[in-house]
Amino acid sequence: MISERFLNYTVALLILGMALGAWVMDEPFLITLTTKAVILALAGVGLNLALGQGGLISLGHAAFFGLGGYAMGVLASHAQNFTPIMETPFLIEGTNSMPIIWLVAIVVSSFFAFVIGLFSLRTSGVYFIMVTLAFGQMLYYFSISWPAYGGEDGLSIYVRNSFPGLNTLDPIQFFGICFVVLMVVIYGVNRLTHSSFGLALNGARQNAQRIRTVGLNPFKIQLIAFTISGAITGLAGALFADLNRFISPTMFSWQTSGEIMVFIILGGVARLYGPVVGAALFILLEHWLGGLSEFWHIYLGVILLSVVLFARGGLIGALSKKENADA
Amino acid sequence: MALLKISDIQASYGASQALFGVDLEVGDGEVVALMGRNGMGKSTTIKVICRLLKNSSGTIDFAGASITKLPGHRVARMGIGLCPEGRRCFSNLTVYENLVAASRSGEWNFERVVELFPRLGERRNQYANSLSGGEQQMLAISRALMTNPRLLILDEATEGLAPVVRQEIWAAISKLKAETGLSILVVDKTIAELANVADRAVILERGKSVWSGDFTALTPEISEQYLGV
Repeated sequence: MISERFLNYTVALLILGMALGAWVMDEPFLITLTTKAVILALAGVGLNLALGQGGLISLGHAAFFGLGGYAMGVLASHAQNFTPIMETPFLIEGTNSMPIIWLVAIVVSSFFAFVIGLFSLRTSGVYFIMVTLAFGQMLYYFSISWPAYGGEDGLSIYVRNSFPGLNTLDPIQFFGICFVVLMVVIYGVNRLTHSSFGLALNGARQNAQRIRTVGLNPFKIQLIAFTISGAITGLAGALFADLNRFISPTMFSWQTSGEIMVFIILGGVARLYGPVVGAALFILLEHWLGGLSEFWHIYLGVILLSVVLFARGGLIGALSKKENADA
Repeated sequence: MALLKISDIQASYGASQALFGVDLEVGDGEVVALMGRNGMGKSTTIKVICRLLKNSSGTIDFAGASITKLPGHRVARMGIGLCPEGRRCFSNLTVYENLVAASRSGEWNFERVVELFPRLGERRNQYANSLSGGEQQMLAISRALMTNPRLLILDEATEGLAPVVRQEIWAAISKLKAETGLSILVVDKTIAELANVADRAVILERGKSVWSGDFTALTPEISEQYLGV
């Protein structure tokens, strides 16, 4: 039996090793593929906080992923065209500095997560799923019908945004940025999960009334968690847009929400590294099965089904032989 | 002045009315037993006090303020700690996590709780769902204590437990009463064990409080009439 902590370190080292190995062997495509897995894992870590710890099954997290992406797209497109975003009442210029873009992505997506949470957390169960999905679809159709930033066709950003002291166009350097961001976020989420806030969130998932009887407001706890969750997924969206140097309404689509959820289920719900394992496996399958057949989603479906049926607690649960996440 | 005073409470579950006028008072440092046969409204009264169920009429005052309009979590913050019926712990949190998830600062902390229930110290890192029934009950009481309440409500705290474990819990309740002067509202059916700790008793019948007085005044005739024992 492998301890979950050991498994987590192994996964992190494997991803790092994969990228470094590809760098040594001069395979930039493999580095980019690993970077993609890392960024999608980050989106999953965000959703996992709401879904795994909070039990909030959100089918609208693509909204935050897309908002993060569009935050990058809007800022960077104005910077590349040398046009200000707005002039009155005060001037806002575009930017191609990654840290500023991240900040904007986090602020915008957490604001939307707060508002969406305010409405959707009044419901639960299947209604919660539907309300979050509805908000996601609203933003999706808005992005399609917004011609200023490409509308349905999306928008290309020709040069990757800059990070002080690094050459972001070098795949391994961009991978480094994404990997560090993922590790920092995982560390933060882990601390949060074990804080009394995290425990209360866990309690609110199990029984909101019991949390109320000890003097905590489950609505408030879940709203905070949902907001943080949206912010993390938004940050992932900004990085994803930078990886592809392209944004499109697909980022907002409900299939994206579904994919992020699939990472979590594959890897293990409420596991710290669940989404990381899930995203890595997803990318691996997409690349490998996608090469074998155009209909690789069928095989993915079979794998997902077997994980749900036979490996309770996802892959991490199966490997560490424990149905519950480590305390 | 009474710490908790509820008067003429009526409450319903949807169309079916459960309480038809309950009066109850708990003074500072007092232990009051809420008694009655099954289905007479004991748990419903507790739910109304904790604001988990809305009353249709009547008033509830706690520590000199009306709490009739407050939501449940606010009432808990004001100092009403509930140990609910059926030992409801958070099953996939550990003992320690169950306790700190709810804690608010005050004289009760993890160390004090372990002093009261040493078994919880031994089980610190065990999941709540792996505890025995009695230990879960101790955990539920401790969780309520960790919120540092002024009034502790114990709803059927010893139901379905082995006699030895019941004694342990009753001993802890007596200790709480003797050492801390905490006000306690206790729902239970066993007169013999209540007699050791309760100062007063209130008896409910069909959703109404029909008798209240000093516990010593609870004669066999009265208990025969209302409690069937």
